[in-house]
Amino acid sequence: MSQQEILDALGAIVQEATGIPAARVVPDASFINDLDVDSLSMVEIATMAEDKFSISIPDADLAKLKTVADVVAYIAKAGVLA
Amino acid sequence: MNGPSSVRHSRIIGIGERRPARLMSNDELPATLDTNDEWIRQRTGIATRGVAGPDESVVSMASDAAGKAVADSGVDPAAIGLVILATCSLPQPIPGGAARVATAIGAPRCGAYDLNAACAGFCYALASASDAIRLGTVDYVVVVGAEKITDRIDWADRGSAILFGDGAGAVVVGPSETPGIGPVVFGSDGSAANLIDTTPEGLLRLDGPAVFRWATTSLGGVAREICAAAGITPADVAAVIPHQANLRIIDAIARQIGASNAVIATDVIDTGNTSAASVPLALSRLRRENKVSTGDLALTLAFGSGLTWAGSVIAVP
Repeated sequence: MSQQEILDALGAIVQEATGIPAARVVPDASFINDLDVDSLSMVEIATMAEDKFSISIPDADLAKLKTVADVVAYIAKAGVLA
Repeated sequence: MNGPSSVRHSRIIGIGERRPARLMSNDELPATLDTNDEWIRQRTGIATRGVAGPDESVVSMASDAAGKAVADSGVDPAAIGLVILATCSLPQPIPGGAARVATAIGAPRCGAYDLNAACAGFCYALASASDAIRLGTVDYVVVVGAEKITDRIDWADRGSAILFGDGAGAVVVGPSETPGIGPVVFGSDGSAANLIDTTPEGLLRLDGPAVFRWATTSLGGVAREICAAAGITPADVAAVIPHQANLRIIDAIARQIGASNAVIATDVIDTGNTSAASVPLALSRLRRENKVSTGDLALTLAFGSGLTWAGSVIAVP
């Protein structure tokens, strides 16, 4: 799965979890400052991403993920970027 | 030695509630919490919570709710064989509160004990009551969930202060010719005891995002197990009454269950998280507002510190 494919899938997850249009889920966007995503929605996004990508995102790691690019890189590093 | 008499069924035959006189809005929370109504509603769905006054104790609220439940049931208080008080917020561990509740409702010599499974306590207590009746140990049991949890709140801690409220809900359980309380499904996870904890001063602390993750990923499956244990499907229940912890957890559980014909209890919006009192308060309200009818099946599921969880399908009285 390419970085772009991860980004597209993440955009769909964010839209489903929060109603924020997937088009706004761009690499530079900060979840808290730009997308107005709160901590509980971040948990929902993380658990949906865990299911989608068959990975694990512990709470301690999740707290460090600030931007869309951070999450894409985390997912890629977790093994989906073959 | 004699064993228990033959097994019979059990059902809830009366409900009572006691809410504190004072409702505190989000705007009335201490300014030091650095929050606002919109922030709290977005994350929790909570608009107001009941805050008990100096003359509203766990025991007094429990006694009021229990007395109303007994009156609702029509049972003579002298026929009550057991009182179980689910609570985790008595001001001191000794004496327990159940005996005082029993005395207050006119059942002064009956069996009485407190049960602490935190927010899951009422559903554990209901299962114990059901078993006691089914085995013929006693004929009528009063089960109360009562909390003055605001005694345990650090009003400088935003993560907990916005969530909790006080109150008491009670039911009377009696024998029945047909099943009125389904098999309980319960469990625990002591490895996560730190997620909902108290400080050395006894004040509540919780890891909100971690609790949210646990509740939204684990409890939908438990809810389906509860239905399966009762031999029904989620489509058969007229109401879902999850522990009133947070509206977003309630919404997530409701989505996962897919109880397409059910009203979902949302008492948390006005009442806050009343711990062990939340399920009976929410049940009482659904019936008072005619959102459920006698004989309807309701799925109850409570969960909280420990971690602990428990639930069963019940028939509405």
